[in-house]
Amino acid sequence: MERMNTPTTATPLNVTEIRKDFPIFTHQNGKALYFLDSAASSQKPLSVLQAMDNYYSTTHANVHRGVYQIAEHATELYEGARVKIGRFIGAPNPARETIFTKNATESINLLSTCLTRGRLKKGDVVVLTEMEHHANLVPWLIAKEQFGIELRYIKVDSEGYLALDNIDEILSGAKVLSVTLASNVLGTLPPVAHLAELAHKHGAIVIGDGAQFVPHMVTDVTDLGLDFLAFTGHKMLGPTGIGVLWGKSELLEALPPFMGGGDMITDVTLDGFTPNELPWKFEAGTPPIAEAIGLGAAVDYLQDLGMQNIREHEIKLLSYAFERLESNFGKNIVIHGPRNIQDRGGVISFDFRDIHPHDISQILDQSGVCVRAGHHCAKPLMRHLGIAATARASFHIYNEPADVDALVDALGKAQAFFG
Amino acid sequence: MPGLEDLYREIILDHYRNPRNEGTFPTPPAIKAEGHNPLCGDELTVFLILDGDVIKDIHITGQGCSISRSSASLMSVAVKGKSLKEVDHLLKIFKSMMSISTNASGEPEAVEPIEYSERELGELIALQGVVKFPVRIKCATLSWNTLVQALEDRAS
Repeated sequence: MERMNTPTTATPLNVTEIRKDFPIFTHQNGKALYFLDSAASSQKPLSVLQAMDNYYSTTHANVHRGVYQIAEHATELYEGARVKIGRFIGAPNPARETIFTKNATESINLLSTCLTRGRLKKGDVVVLTEMEHHANLVPWLIAKEQFGIELRYIKVDSEGYLALDNIDEILSGAKVLSVTLASNVLGTLPPVAHLAELAHKHGAIVIGDGAQFVPHMVTDVTDLGLDFLAFTGHKMLGPTGIGVLWGKSELLEALPPFMGGGDMITDVTLDGFTPNELPWKFEAGTPPIAEAIGLGAAVDYLQDLGMQNIREHEIKLLSYAFERLESNFGKNIVIHGPRNIQDRGGVISFDFRDIHPHDISQILDQSGVCVRAGHHCAKPLMRHLGIAATARASFHIYNEPADVDALVDALGKAQAFFG
Repeated sequence: MPGLEDLYREIILDHYRNPRNEGTFPTPPAIKAEGHNPLCGDELTVFLILDGDVIKDIHITGQGCSISRSSASLMSVAVKGKSLKEVDHLLKIFKSMMSISTNASGEPEAVEPIEYSERELGELIALQGVVKFPVRIKCATLSWNTLVQALEDRAS
């Protein structure tokens, strides 16, 4: 967090060159593609696709099993990707603490399941916020329903920040704080390091949902004060089907296994089993090998650009978008979330006149502008905002001011159309 | 790519801006059903006042996109004063026009093609273009599925 907010002399991204690395932009039959939906899923650079292709073409075999060359090489690539990805988030012990899952959702489900099996007692309090994605909400609601944990919520204020005036009261006696690092609707970046410090004082462990944060910011689990971090590959230039759960070694060791099966044991008898060491204890069955390798290549790509540079790039785009949207549409557009650009990630959720987001999205699509319309898997937050749906534009490294211009022009068309 | 004018016909925009039969009725005497599209968050409630097997009056309230709102408005005009048998026929030809159809729980279901004249559909024909935008078909059929739900709830 500290590192992220430190002003540095950032090197501007060369977006023209970056776009050449993403095949999707050259496969549109000459039509423009203004892709403003990376918060849902990002596009993939050629290097990621090639890394997966190369693995399948040259050295595919199952990992951790075969005593032959290509199997050993596959294992090296898979475990190498793990270490690389762990280092990317500042994991003190990347080889042991970086667990591959299917996505951020599975990472949080793993935690809610294993914590209720092994650490939590009935009636224990888990603290969430009102701005959580369903992925960091429904697993805990299931745990509440089936196991009997209690849930408390940190509220969201009218400006889109977490309301922290009674935070000590909320955290008092809590065993877990699970909080988003960046809201997928409001863009809000909660003060996670501060919250983690408070939570630890109250004896709670801290889980971060980094799905919208890790792809865009310098991430250091120690600076953030986290005990666990969940994120997904496909929002950070990687393939679908791969996510990560990072956790402190001692906490992971104390948890019971998640799914049972091959690879997660050191011994099995007809009466019982001995779980494997970290991280394999939590990886039952053949893992998504190609996807892990692909995510490793995505991390290489992001690191070559520099996460601080990426953040600066998105701040510039956000500023430009705020300025253009508000100067063109004034009171006809309502942008949700914090006004201070430094306090937000690269998403802009908005209401436009009284035009339903579906209609906006449909009209924008005619101009090749892709935005998300809907409740963004955050229905409690939408109810809090008093709306059923918003349109959302979100940025990544391949976006440029021309994307914002196309959005503004297309909204102008929607305005003319619906009158 | 089909043009916007295929989707947003003038009649549709008119019903969206000036929805007919908007509001609620006390239940009873009215029966009601709530419909929602979990994908996009569109919600509406259909209130029916039946007189024997005739829909004597209908009110609809809710929120949604122009297609779901205008389709609800157009439906309210089309079914008001009609017998349940006539409504059933309208439902069948409407779903046939939508060709890819969905049942009350939003699952696709096969629709038998049936013969009908455009005259029978009346203003509902304005929604014909929706079929070119498959993701929007659910918007257009939401009100009809909710109407069916209200009638089925009553029957059970």
